Amino acid sequence: MAKKEKEAVARGDKTRLQWTWHLMKQYKIGYVMIAPYMILFILMTVIPVLGSIFVSFTDYNLLQMPNWVGLDNYINLFLNDELFTTALKYTLIFAVAIGLGSYVLSFIVAWFVNELSPKVRAFVTLIFYAPSLVAGSIYVVFNYVFSGDSYGLINGWLLNWGLISDPILFFADTKFILPTIIVVSLWMSLGTAFLSFIAGFQGLDRSQIEAGAVDGITNRWQELWYITLPNLKPQLAFGAIMSITSSFGVGGIVTQLCQGLPTDYVGYTLNLHLGEYSGTRWEFGYGCAISMVLFFLMVGSNMLVQKLLSKVGKS
Amino acid sequence: MKKLRTRKHRVVLNRSAGGDFGVTIFMLLLGVVMFLPMYYLVIQALKPLDELFYFPPRFYVMHPSFDNFSSLFNLLNTSWVPFSRYLFNTIFITVCGTFGHLVLSSLCAYALSRIPFPGHKFTFQVVQKSLMIGSEVSVLLLFVIISRMGILDTYWAIIVPELSKPLGLYLMKQFIDSNVSVEILESARLDGAGEFRTFWSIAMPMVKPAWLTLIIYSFQGLWNTGQNLYVYSEELKTLNFTINQVLNEGIVRSGASAASSVVLVIVPIIVFIVSQSRIIETMGSSGMKD
Repeated sequence: MAKKEKEAVARGDKTRLQWTWHLMKQYKIGYVMIAPYMILFILMTVIPVLGSIFVSFTDYNLLQMPNWVGLDNYINLFLNDELFTTALKYTLIFAVAIGLGSYVLSFIVAWFVNELSPKVRAFVTLIFYAPSLVAGSIYVVFNYVFSGDSYGLINGWLLNWGLISDPILFFADTKFILPTIIVVSLWMSLGTAFLSFIAGFQGLDRSQIEAGAVDGITNRWQELWYITLPNLKPQLAFGAIMSITSSFGVGGIVTQLCQGLPTDYVGYTLNLHLGEYSGTRWEFGYGCAISMVLFFLMVGSNMLVQKLLSKVGKS
Repeated sequence: MKKLRTRKHRVVLNRSAGGDFGVTIFMLLLGVVMFLPMYYLVIQALKPLDELFYFPPRFYVMHPSFDNFSSLFNLLNTSWVPFSRYLFNTIFITVCGTFGHLVLSSLCAYALSRIPFPGHKFTFQVVQKSLMIGSEVSVLLLFVIISRMGILDTYWAIIVPELSKPLGLYLMKQFIDSNVSVEILESARLDGAGEFRTFWSIAMPMVKPAWLTLIIYSFQGLWNTGQNLYVYSEELKTLNFTINQVLNEGIVRSGASAASSVVLVIVPIIVFIVSQSRIIETMGSSGMKD
């Protein structure tokens, strides 16, 4: 209230518009400072996202001017494109398995790490975080671990123990593609959200836990629900965005591990479908329609989860 | 009165001994699973050829050798673009992109956090909301924009899109919000320091942990740049791309591929080890308070 009143006094008899103009002139240096970043941000993020909405209603192919085709792209997508349905299915499976999985895993590990002494904590954090740090350069190791012959780590030992008679083709056998990709993705998924949780735990106020113990909290689960989670809400909200957004973008890892598109399109995602239409066929209008579906999935599930998180700690 | 458990002379609340034991066992197992692939990668890189094809595969190496590393460099040297060129490309892209990202995001974050110009809240809201949208959504039109800018097939095609990544700005702004006091800035301004001066000599020294965090994020993204839509000239390709390509030519399982991965992986890990405590400090203010 006080701030408002002060502002009203400073404003005097100026109208709202005049006052805004006055502030804009007074703080014009602010616009100068944000300009370099914001120009690039608008060019590289805002225009591509908003532009995709428009292009998704056209038949743009990069060479000719786009023609308006109305809802054709979306109708084809949902009614005539079987691969799209497949891609949508696997995208959702990955979003739940990898997005939710990595979120929960990050939280549990961060919770545990917090109980360690500082030196051990730093080491354990490194062990868990390192895979996500080097995710782009580490696929090679899975050729050794999951290799489809007796020299692969897992096949070698399973054969040696006599548990299987033929090596498992982890990246070609349709039964194994999905679980293998999920395991590998989870392995490299303790990223930004994980670090944010660790920092959040470290910032917790010990005195609240002590007060809680006096008030009758007796075990770690009650402490988690009544004290820790409500206090970590900001980190939980941030971590959710990180986990959700990256889990909908799964695609590169599939082609890396399967060395191309997977057998029978098991694990084929929207991201890969997008690549097919833009990279090989130059159908940008259709591609943008796919990216719009991805856009709504990402934004929708983020909104939903933020809603859910705001209920944490309230009973 | 109930007896309180202690751990190293510190009272432990709300923790049963049995629970501690169970959690520790679970985490140890998980830790081993997390660590194993990294460990195995290094072991494979040090195995001579006969040990690589030993059945069943071993978790240790009898006669460690650096043959795999030398054969990797021989392989890379036989390509018509010299190896040093790929290394230079990766370093150039990483350094320029990281530096540019750091400067642009700090300037913008400072202004959004500490200069109350009309629209600063809205602007930050837009950036924050854009964290929800993955780069996959915009990749198609980004290609169009980059080609229209005429920087397709140059270093800039890789560097420029990295400069305005929202995560860096978000973390920096949140960190300034909670670590740079308004009073100090006010007194600097009263002493006649211009806004750029206040930014550079007062605010920036206070946010060094956030610098390091932005550096490692940007570094990590750029260093791992592999196959890229926007660059097709061989002499502009990165180390990551080249190594992957050389290795895909039929020798996937040889020790050289493990050696290459070790080379690529070791640099970001060292950078992280050095900056870990600062990164965690920065993440302390990463929370989202609408």
